[in-house]
Formats: sequence, C-alpha cells, structure tokens
Amino acid sequence: MTSIKAFLTATTVLAAATAVQAADLEVTHWWTSGGEAAAVAEFAKAFDATGNKWVDGAIAGGGNTARPIMISRITGGDPMGATQFNHGRQAEELVEAGLMRDLTDLAEQEGWRDIVKPASLLESCTLDGKIYCVPVNIHSWEWLWLSNKAFEDAGVPVPQNWDEFVAAAPALEKAGKVPLAVGGQPWQIHGVFRVLLISLAGADIYQKVYGEKDAEVAAGPEVAKIFKAADDARKMAAKSNVQDWNQATNLVITDQAGGQIMGDWAQGEFQVAGEVAGQDYTCLPALGVGQALETGGDAFYFPLLDDPEQAKAQEDLARVMLDPKVQVAFNLKKGSVPIRGDVDVNAANDCMKKGLTLLAEGQAVPSQEQLMSQDSINQINDLMAEFFSTPSMTAEEAQERFADIVGSAT
Amino acid sequence: MPQQRRPNQLFRNLHAKVAAIPMILTATIVFVGGTLWTVLYSFTSSGLLPRLNFVGLAQYERLWSTRRWLVSVENLAIFGVGKMVFALVIGFVLAALLDQKIRFENTFRTILLYPFALSFIVTGLVWQWILNPDFGVQSVVRGLGWESFSFDPLYNPDIVIYGILIAALWQTTGLVMCLMLAGLRGIDEDIWKAARVDGIPMWKTYLFIVIPMMRPVLITALVIIATAIVKVYDLVVAQTSGGPGIASEVPAKYVYDMMFSSQNLGQGFAASTMMLLSVLIVVIPWAYLEFGGRKRHG
Amino acid sequence: MADVAALNTAGVAADAVSKDLAGPRGARPRRAISRRNVFLYGTLFVISVYYLLPLYVMIVTSLKGMPEIRLGNVFSPPMEITFEPWVKAWAEACTGLNCDGLSRGFWNSVQITVPSVILSIAIASLNGYALANWRFKGADVFFTILIFGAFIPYQVMLYPMVIILREIGLYGSLSGLVLVHTIFGMPILTLLFRNYFTSLPEELFKAARVDGAGFWGIYFKIMLPMSLPIFVVALIIQITGIWNDFLFGVVYTRPESYPMTVQLNNIVNSVQGVKEYNVNMAATLLTGLVPLIVYFASGKLFVRGIAAGAVKG
Repeated sequence: MTSIKAFLTATTVLAAATAVQAADLEVTHWWTSGGEAAAVAEFAKAFDATGNKWVDGAIAGGGNTARPIMISRITGGDPMGATQFNHGRQAEELVEAGLMRDLTDLAEQEGWRDIVKPASLLESCTLDGKIYCVPVNIHSWEWLWLSNKAFEDAGVPVPQNWDEFVAAAPALEKAGKVPLAVGGQPWQIHGVFRVLLISLAGADIYQKVYGEKDAEVAAGPEVAKIFKAADDARKMAAKSNVQDWNQATNLVITDQAGGQIMGDWAQGEFQVAGEVAGQDYTCLPALGVGQALETGGDAFYFPLLDDPEQAKAQEDLARVMLDPKVQVAFNLKKGSVPIRGDVDVNAANDCMKKGLTLLAEGQAVPSQEQLMSQDSINQINDLMAEFFSTPSMTAEEAQERFADIVGSAT
Repeated sequence: MPQQRRPNQLFRNLHAKVAAIPMILTATIVFVGGTLWTVLYSFTSSGLLPRLNFVGLAQYERLWSTRRWLVSVENLAIFGVGKMVFALVIGFVLAALLDQKIRFENTFRTILLYPFALSFIVTGLVWQWILNPDFGVQSVVRGLGWESFSFDPLYNPDIVIYGILIAALWQTTGLVMCLMLAGLRGIDEDIWKAARVDGIPMWKTYLFIVIPMMRPVLITALVIIATAIVKVYDLVVAQTSGGPGIASEVPAKYVYDMMFSSQNLGQGFAASTMMLLSVLIVVIPWAYLEFGGRKRHG
Repeated sequence: MADVAALNTAGVAADAVSKDLAGPRGARPRRAISRRNVFLYGTLFVISVYYLLPLYVMIVTSLKGMPEIRLGNVFSPPMEITFEPWVKAWAEACTGLNCDGLSRGFWNSVQITVPSVILSIAIASLNGYALANWRFKGADVFFTILIFGAFIPYQVMLYPMVIILREIGLYGSLSGLVLVHTIFGMPILTLLFRNYFTSLPEELFKAARVDGAGFWGIYFKIMLPMSLPIFVVALIIQITGIWNDFLFGVVYTRPESYPMTVQLNNIVNSVQGVKEYNVNMAATLLTGLVPLIVYFASGKLFVRGIAAGAVKG
C-alpha cells in the first residue's frame, strides 16, 4: 500500500511538473442528486489537482436518459473522455466493437487485480482477458431505511427486521404515515422485489433465478413466498405518490413515511439532510434477516481517443479514481463502499460499517447488471411496476409471468 | 445525354430540380433510407449496436406478445381518437365563437394560442402538478369542504391516459382553433347571406354548408394533429414516465426505451416498423386521392 | 327600455365596424341581444380561465418560497413574493458540478436556433415554390414521402441520423445539429409553403414568365415580397420548435454547446433533497420566454399567415 501511495504521489508530482501535457477531459455521468453531486466533486477535485481539467458532462434523469446520449456520442465518432456505466454488461458491445480503450497495461502497472475487492468487480470489467473499465464503488441494494421518529409517532418500536416492519404497518397508517415509500419508477419497484428475494429467500435462490435463469425455480414455492411478501409491500406502498427515489427517501427523512427499501446511495441523502444514523434513522442491511448483499456499482469506461494528451489524461483519471484517499472521500459522500480492501474506513459511519462487516462475513452476490442483460431486467421492471400499480393482479399471476421472463432471459 | 429534340425531359424545370435537391436528398436518404434501414434491422437480433444477424420474425413475435406494447397500442388508440375528435370539435367551436364579431378577439385568440409556444415537457410538468392530488385540483376542492372529492387521473391506472389527453388538448387546440378561424374567414360572406335569406338555422349552415367548404383547412389540421398523436412521447415522460406501472405507456416511448435503455435495437426497430406501417396505411391512400391522375399547372 | 337596447346595439355595431374592417365575416349577428352576448362572453371567459390556469400556477409558484409551497395549494397567491427562485434558476441551479443555472445554455440556444431557423425556412420555401409553380416529374412522390416523414417519430430516426452525420463528418458539430433541424422541419414547412404559393394568383406567375423571368427571378421578385405572412408562420413554428427541442440538442452536440432545454431538464430532474417546484417553474418560464415573446409579438401576423397557407389546398 505504501508503495502505491508513493507511486501515486510521484505521478501527481510528475503530472504537475509536466503541466504542458495536461488536457481537458470531458466526463459524462448521471450523478445529479445532492449526495451524488457532492461525491463526484471529489473526483473532479482530485483530477484537477493533477493539472488536468475535469469538464463535467452531467445529464440528469438517470441512466435511461443519459445512456442513449453517451452511446450516440461514442458510436457517432465524437466520444467523451470518460463515461459512467453501471458495471456489468451495459457496455459490452461497445467494447466488442473496439470503441473502448483497453486498460490492461495500466491495470497491471498499478496492480488493480490485487487491490480491487471483491474480485468480481474487476471481472465485470474484463472481456477476453482484457480490462476495460475502472470500478469506483460498491453499491448494494439490500437496505431498509427507517425513520425513527415515524415509529415513535405511531407508538411502536423501530422494527429490527422485515416481519416486524410489516406488523407495524397498520399502526403507521393510523398515525397518518405511508408505511413504505416506493418511487413509482419501475427500476425501484423491481429493486424492492429483488431485495426481498435476496434477503428472505437467500443468495442461492437469487443465483438460480437471475444467474442461471432457471424458470422452474422462478415458478417454485420459494419464489412464491417472495411474491406474497411483495404483495405486502405493495399494500404498504399504496399511498406513496412520488416518482424519484430521492423523493421517496425524503418522505422517510421528513418522517412522513416509515421506511424505504433502497440501495445504500440513499444514505447520501440522509447525510445531506444532516441526519445521524442510529439516532434519526435506522438502517437494516438485508432487511435485518439475510446475509447476502449485491455488489454492483458504477464503473468508468474510457472511449478510445486519438489525441495523445487526452489519452494521457485518461490514465491520470483512472489512477485518481482508485487512489485510496479519493476512494474514501468519494464513497463517504456517495454512501457506497470503497472498492479497495486496503483503505482506512474509520471515517465510515454506522451503516457503512454494518455493510462492510456483512460484506466481509457474508456472501457477496453479483448484481443483477452483472448477471442479466438490460433487456431482461427492463422486462422484469415493467412487470413489477404493473404488479404494484394493479391491485387486481394476483401474486400468482405475477409469478407466472415472472417465470416466463426468466425462462427467456439473456 | 438527352437529345436535342426532347430537351424537356431532364432540363425542363432544371432550376426547380436544382432547388429541390435538398428535399430530394432528405426524402430519399433520410426518410426512405432511414425507414428501409429500420425495417431491415428489425429482422435482426441487434443489441446495443446494429448488426446483421438475422432472426426472422422473432422480434415481431416478441413484440406482439409483450404486454407493454399491447398497452401502448391501446393507449395510443384511446389517446388518438380522443385527441383527434376533441381537438377538431373544440377547435371548431372556439373558432366559431370567435367568429361572432366579438370584442377583444385578439386577446381571446392570444390566450387560446399561447400554450402552443410551450414545449410538451413544460406542458407535462405543469399539468402533472395541477393534477397532483396532494396540492392540485383535488386538494383545493377538498379544502373547500368536499372531503370525499377524488380527482387523481395521473395516479389511477384506469384513467391516466385521459389525464395526459387533458394536457395534450390544452397545448394543441389553440393552434387548431386558429386554423379553423382562418378557414371560416375564407368562407364567402354571400354564403351566409344566402343561408339567412333561405331561413336556414345557424347550426345547420355550419354543419352542412360551411364545414364541407372547409375541406382544405380540415385536412391541414388533421395532418398536424395526426403527426402529433403518433409522435407523443415527451408529454408522457414529463407527466407520468409511463406510470403508474405501465398504464400510460405509448408506442414512441416503447421504441425509445427498447433502443436505448434495454439496448435491444432489433426490438425497437420492430416496434418502429409497426408504427411506420400504420402511418403508410393512412398516407398512401391520401396521396392517391390528392395527386391521383389530377394534373395542375406548372 | 327598448330605447336603451337599441342604443346599445347601435353602439356595438358601430364599434365592431370601425375596429374590424377586415374582421370576422361569419354569421353576422342580427341583433346584439344581450342574453346572447352574456352566453358568448361567458363561455369565452370560462374557457380563457381554463387556458390561463397553468400559466397562473407557474407564475404564482415561481414567486413563492419553498415553505409556503409545502403548506399551500397550487392556486393560492403568494403570501410573500420572492424573486429568489428566478435568480436561482437563471444563475445558480446545479447539475453535477456546474452551478450556473440556465444562463449557461441561453447563448447556445440562440446560436442553434438562429441558423437552424434561417436555413430550414429558406430550403422549405424553395421546396414549396418548386412544388407549387414548377412541378417536375416525380415531385408528388417526393412530397408524399415528406408528408410520410412528418409522421416518423424522431426517436426512430435518432440512430440512422447518427450514422448519416458520422459518415458526412458533421457529428457533434453545430452544423450537424442545424442540418438535423432543417431535415425534420422540412415536411410541415414544405406543406405550408406549397399550399401558400399555390394559393397566390396564377396570373402573376404567368405574366412574369411572359416577361422572361426565370425560376430565381420570380422567386425573389414576385413570390418573396408577397409571402410575409407565411414566413411569419414558419418563423414561429420553427423558433418554438427548435428552441424547445431537447432530444436533438443533447444527442447531436457536445456539452459546451448544449441548448437551454438541456439545463432545464437537468434542473427539473436533478432532485437535491426536496423537489424545488418554485425553481422548476421559474426555469420553465424562463425557457419558454423567448418563444412566448416571439409569439405575442407576431400573433396577428400568425393568424393571417396560417389563413393564407392552410385554406387553399
């Protein structure tokens, strides 16, 4: 670790000394919420310190708004310097088409294979033995965020697991709260379902359904239980009239809702609002019952550029993103876990520590983006959104269609 | 080379042909070329990037067994019929009202037309807000004492498409009204005089004499409304993002999401091809009626 | 009583005549019966309220502070007027790291809109002129294709356009975007111009030909001076259309030349904690201001131009 640090310092000095070589690098991403923007500023700060200039190309509206623009730019022959994707299979074809830069040399030089933990993150960046992206954080979906005050108002203790939460729902409703805040966008509803699946049915079932696309398991009794739980969830969320995930988080922050199932990035919003973990809000990883966390996250890809100065700047940026200090600073703001096993996380708060412990002890499962094509994920998104908004659709019916999608998934 | 005896085959209207080159290029390369390209790739399994690995009709089979597409088509049908009928009727009635020699005609016309200057995104946002049950119309009416009043079209899957229709009509009827008003002003004053002399009631004059005379303006209005219907996308995204659930999805959004979010170009192209096909079914008979055999000056 | 009614009628009629010589020629009212007028103006008033309501909501909301918005309903007037949302929307709102609000995109929008509007109108008017007065073999076919093109959802053409622009080397440049706007504005504009030029008296055209004027001579000396109204219509349609465009602006250019609507999307879709409705509304109004001003300024010509272009088919 010290050697890496020394090396990084050296490169920083080198970059500063040869400032002539510095370049402006356009970086596109869709991180625009409060916590996300604060996190991305850490990258920009560190990158600017190398003498280069971070040109911010933020596009609001989430990946689905931003991705078409990024892909058009890259395939249109006018690529940006670096771009965010969820790591996994989103950029696979761009890599296959030879539009992305091969980072293998840099990775070997810097020893990425040794420092990136869990190793599956770098594997997702690898195609035919070559590394094409830089993972920057670990996000896990399996978190239940609870407002302590909301439960106090309802006169019930703060739940410690999913079942207690479901049991507390009537009291919350009586107190005029929405028990479960769920944003109306399909990906969020699918997230709720997947969290229930991984936490309540376990990692094996998840692997069989999402990894092996086993339609029989998807139609089986284990998953049927999850659909029953999802049925509870949709009743608890019936009065939640928001679209964006952070609006739903805001319902929890302002104690109008009991809780929200959302990935660890929601933590950034609690922090921006000045809330303290344990005191104002409670976090339950894996819904307080499970052991497994998804380890997805974001990665940066570097399109192939002709300009040598910009190519050099790309390398600088890749290094900066994996710098131990920057990793900690970025991930604290973002609410995610650093991708290096060797960084100092004393600064981490209660929730992040819980997550780190669970990741160290429990099973880390690959994220949906690593297992399934975006096409299949979107089909499940649509199904879940329909299930949640159509009270007349039974859990059995939904499961049947779910199994169909899983059976034909890629 | 054309022979001297028949110079007017190629050189006739040469300047007109030169001037029309941008149009010819646009029509052939972009519209025809783009359409053929789209149709071709709809038979492939292209993902993020177009590739020629043919899979026959697989994309179409999947398309027509996808619930979201079926919901989209149904929504477009409801939205299309609703928008066409209401835009034409309301537009015409408003134009007829403004045509009654009223005072402040300019003011009224401006008020009715200004929404056209706003984009669909803006329109969608404002109406999303007015229709929001927590602070919009519903909460105001409840605040007045009618506690059980319920009006939340954007949050009710059964009627959400009508919520979008309200906003769409607000944006478009002004323009339709203007077209109609222009059409009414083009009707000869003598027609009205004759009708009055014959003692024909006003509504009958409008229905049986004036409207048939307004055929050109009606067609222009029809084309403008129809193109807007087929393309409806921004409004839905801004108002509901297709929700609740998939209740307000529309075909153009399906195409966009398939191409860029699901990274399944083949499926997106199959959906586009179905849309273009239905447009062709309407446009070709129209063109035949418009140009078939009829020759004009030139 | 009767006298008073008669007096009123006369007054209204005189007024109408003096004000509106070329005005409405529809069903001339036999008498300005007050009950009829009450109904007429009453209806128009109610409809106007419906049309103005969203504008009212936007303005009122943009002048409120956030605490007030959380309390009240959307229709109540602001208790305390604040211009802070406007300032924030114009100069401070953040997306990602850029916190300079809409001001960032304003000049870009101008730079995109001006050449796009000029080029698209110039080309479409020539198309219309050629189609109306110099019909060549096959012209109808191309015109039909254009009308078909008017129906193609932009999303479908996004990808082919990326390829076309890449092949001619205009991808990511301002000229590329101008070209895209010209192409997609062409169908409706050509339809308008064609119908307008067809409606001009044919004798003018024939006389000019007898005098020996050619294609360009007739266009510049005869057609252009007579076509102000339709050019105003085209201007308005194009300025509002191009100014409000988000999709093409964001896909076919680079961040340094993103139009204002991209910032609008970013402001409206970037939620920093709470949705700041007042800033959203101010941003919305600011973005819509340019087309609104253009529209209000030329409203009268607009109707006249549409009349000329649409009626005679």
